[in-house]
Amino acid sequence: MKPVKILSIALVAALLSACGENNNNVDDAAQLGPDPTLPEIQRGLLPTLKIAEPADWDDRQPIVPSNYEITAIATDLNIPRQTLILPNGDILVAEGRGGNAAKLRPKDFIAGYFKRKGNTAVESGDRLTLLRDSDDDGIYETRTVFAENLNAPYGLALINDQLYVANQDAVMQFDYQPGQTTASGLPRKLTDLPSEVNHHWTKSMTASPDGRFLYVGIGSNSNITENGLEVEQNRARVWEIDAKSGAHRPYATGLRNPTALDILPGTDQLWAVINERDELGPRLVPDYLTSVQEGEFYGWPYSYWGQNVDARVKPQQPDLVAAAVTPDYSLGSHKAPLGLAFSTATMGGKFSEGAFIGEHGSWNRSDPAGYKVVFVPFSNGKPDGDPLDFVTGFQGEDGKTRGRPVGVTVDPKGALIVADDLSNTIWRVTPTQ
Amino acid sequence: MTSAVARSPGPALYPLHPLHAFVLAGIVPLFIGVLLNDYAYWSSYVLQWKNFASWMLIGALVFNGLAWLGSIVSLVRADERMGTPLAYFLLLLATFVLGVINSLIHAKDVWASMPAGLVVSVITVILACAATWIGLASWRIGGAK
Repeated sequence: MKPVKILSIALVAALLSACGENNNNVDDAAQLGPDPTLPEIQRGLLPTLKIAEPADWDDRQPIVPSNYEITAIATDLNIPRQTLILPNGDILVAEGRGGNAAKLRPKDFIAGYFKRKGNTAVESGDRLTLLRDSDDDGIYETRTVFAENLNAPYGLALINDQLYVANQDAVMQFDYQPGQTTASGLPRKLTDLPSEVNHHWTKSMTASPDGRFLYVGIGSNSNITENGLEVEQNRARVWEIDAKSGAHRPYATGLRNPTALDILPGTDQLWAVINERDELGPRLVPDYLTSVQEGEFYGWPYSYWGQNVDARVKPQQPDLVAAAVTPDYSLGSHKAPLGLAFSTATMGGKFSEGAFIGEHGSWNRSDPAGYKVVFVPFSNGKPDGDPLDFVTGFQGEDGKTRGRPVGVTVDPKGALIVADDLSNTIWRVTPTQ
Repeated sequence: MTSAVARSPGPALYPLHPLHAFVLAGIVPLFIGVLLNDYAYWSSYVLQWKNFASWMLIGALVFNGLAWLGSIVSLVRADERMGTPLAYFLLLLATFVLGVINSLIHAKDVWASMPAGLVVSVITVILACAATWIGLASWRIGGAK
């Protein structure tokens, strides 16, 4: 028996030594911007897990820069995700929770249990709520259910008199007249969206400036193809959809989870924030903000940050990897950006040109990251400089998490609307005069 | 029970309870199943084989854990003049520990579990066979030494 025992002890020792977390020494700051430091891939026997511990706000509030103030304009929503500012200043809020992935592995039960602990437990709203401030005093005194019985609505866009809602399985459209507080009828379906499994169920959406097209972000059906390559057909990409006919085509591919889309003002250029893959270590892979280049492939699943091969995927595709383009701007690893909105001059000062990004926050690293709204300054249509904190305090110094930012939207009147899907609140940040 | 069967003194005579034998008999086929599924994934990249392996491994660990509890009972109740089933206890423990580690390896996404998962599966099959052999050998009451 002796050789067997020695072998097994040696093996146990070798495997346990792989548990340590040693690519932590990459500085977070070195992973921001166009050229992030990428450490070696590293994964021990257990993935690093640090789940948010929810708590109530009580008399606390998120923290904003001096010269700005923040108020909660709606609370007790049913999981607010993305918002849309209508031409008359009304705010539409998409509420819900999607996904219908079967649990295929023992791991799915365990991981699901842990991740649920860091999220809200309320029922999925599956509706749109409308908020109205009739007298411009910053208090949204009117609140109505604009539409209900939707299927995990997320992306919202308005083109002329048509309101488009990206459910987790289809783009729906409502007729819309300014001033409406409830939909005038049932929505019509513009087109189905890929919805099998829906591991990443959120369907982000924005419209082209000329109103001809909708862009819809469709996330991958797995972290890294563990649900099989078959269910990745039509996933991890942005679709361009004709807003009249519903005809669609892939606009860009290899984007693991494009969770928010926006058009840079004054251009036709589509931008997106992308959630990258997990379980390669606490400092891999950086999530990013990028202009979405038509027809390009961004790597997922075969490579990350350009052409860095992810050897977990078999069979590999060296030809595709060779064609993968590098994203524009790294936001850091595991921050989970879920909101993107370009600013306007009305936001004031150094926050007038650039992109606000809602970071939902990490689970796959021992030192939490994200859990805030940051601002990436732009000049000449490109990111220019390090991200600035805009709304923080979602995770207190006591380690408790009171909110998790999702969608961010700029109100042209001069306000940032932030959806918080942990405390089920809509926050509004405005410059003080 | 018949007293006609003569008990010959030997180093490993600790009759197994039928329930103990039942769970012990489960571990070899289950660990072999894990290995075969791993091999199928190794050679085909079809992920469902890996999912099968992960679940079968959970089953193997349940049986292995119960058999190991049984081995503790055997250890406690062993008549020292007949020898204690220490090797059996240790082999089951080693199989279980390695099985748990293998389960964590299998929890890594897609090919990240390879080749470690396959290698550890081979070792657990060998250990499970050895444990079962020694465990069931105790049934050979009256057998030649």
